[in-house]
Amino acid sequence: MKKELTESEKIAYNCRKATLLIEKKQSIRLTSREKMELKLHLAGCYICRVYEQQSILINSMMTKLFKADPKEIKLDSTFKENLQKTIERKLNDKR
Amino acid sequence: MPIEAVVNDKINRAGEHQLTPENWVTQYADYLYNYARVRLNDDEQARDLVQETFLAALEKQNSFRGECNERTWLTAIIKYKIIDIYRKKSGSFKARDEYGTPIAEEDFFYPEYNNWKKEHWPAPFGVEEHDPLHNKEFMNVLQSCLQRLPPLWISVFRMKHLDDEGTEMICKELRITSSNFWVIIHRAKVNLRSCLQKNWI
Repeated sequence: MKKELTESEKIAYNCRKATLLIEKKQSIRLTSREKMELKLHLAGCYICRVYEQQSILINSMMTKLFKADPKEIKLDSTFKENLQKTIERKLNDKR
Repeated sequence: MPIEAVVNDKINRAGEHQLTPENWVTQYADYLYNYARVRLNDDEQARDLVQETFLAALEKQNSFRGECNERTWLTAIIKYKIIDIYRKKSGSFKARDEYGTPIAEEDFFYPEYNNWKKEHWPAPFGVEEHDPLHNKEFMNVLQSCLQRLPPLWISVFRMKHLDDEGTEMICKELRITSSNFWVIIHRAKVNLRSCLQKNWI
């Protein structure tokens, strides 16, 4: 038989919601209720505390990875020449 | 037109930017190419997009108001083309639900109490202490885990972390609701974290 959980037990068990709030918190302000729920949950849940640390770490690494100076690659010159010709032709057509 | 309006119009026009399509290839082709490459991770598609952008820009020269410079204007055009590709890719992906979840994706939490399934418990990476950015290997694992994400999830991450787009903008451009947005971010992140753990530790 399924046990009926009290409100605080629900918060304590609900890692799915806690981790969702951890994600939200890094971008927007949580409501005071959400803040309270997350705080209560994290106080008793070591696993989600590990998750939170790693989530923050991954975010900052993703930003660095995406923004790392990519190798500047130049378009090949034949492609550019053809493109230039196409543009000039279109411009002439308009005139 | 009253004389004042004519004068104002002239003043406004004096500071306007002009379009010079004959210089586009020399000035912006490489820039736009690289802009698209990092966002699409596909060189050939990026190249085609540069061409499409210039051709589209030629067609809509009249809509150029001179409020921004040419490069900004062209970048805005290619950006919308990139988002269009994001949408198409997500749309053609066989997902399990409206969150773009892959069919084989397993749930990391028990359905009953929503606590972590034991086999998915996050374990410490052991890289938190020192600067992981210098840890090239870890970055490589992250890169390969990102590449395995389904199209909608990687698009959201790219817009968020590469373009610093706000939640509202991402939702609008990818046509997702804000509550779906958080579910997507959450699932994508739980998945990504788990992939890192599997391939790192």
